[in-house]
Amino acid sequence: MTSETCDLPTHVRNIHDAIDWLAGQSPGHALAFQDKARLRFALDQDMVPLDAALGEAHELAIFPPVTGG
Amino acid sequence: MKRVLISGEPISAEVALSGLSDLGGGAVSSFTGISRDDGGVTAIELEHYPGMTESSLMRLIDEAFARWALLGAAIVHRIGRVAVGEPVVVVGTASRHRADALEATAFLIDRLKTDAPFWKKEHYADGTSVWVDAKSSDDDRSSRWS
Repeated sequence: MTSETCDLPTHVRNIHDAIDWLAGQSPGHALAFQDKARLRFALDQDMVPLDAALGEAHELAIFPPVTGG
Repeated sequence: MKRVLISGEPISAEVALSGLSDLGGGAVSSFTGISRDDGGVTAIELEHYPGMTESSLMRLIDEAFARWALLGAAIVHRIGRVAVGEPVVVVGTASRHRADALEATAFLIDRLKTDAPFWKKEHYADGTSVWVDAKSSDDDRSSRWS
């Protein structure tokens, strides 16, 4: 699991926007985030859908579909 | 009683479910998931998202308490390398009457499969390993509780 800290532009309001912005940061980011339907998201460690507003959250986690149990 | 435990050491159903039968109810229900030999798998390896894992499992238990008349619930989940034949997860619930415990146990394992941040890798006898893909059948089972 890797992480980075960044200040998102003010037009980035929901997770969809954030993924689009992050995908533009490097070819590696673009590859990792190319298929949003295959990603899951958590804001401040609470799972949320792609259209969720970022609000005041401090942490966005992006991961593949879970496979526990 | 609400119990959530993430363990890097082997787990047992007996320990995971301890106390559930002492809550004054008439029913204890449980599910144990076991590392399975799927086409030459020798072990599975589980990663998780520390911090979120415990809170997501406790949220599932809180939701189960809100939906069914439960006296207790426990979820104990392994992380790290789990040899074939060893338990991966134990879910247990206690209630006055069996229907609540039976349904809540199914709810907890179905929703854990889609909502808790664990990821599974399969190790094979030839030394190779493969990350496991999520199953649409798990999504179907989980969504029936929505």
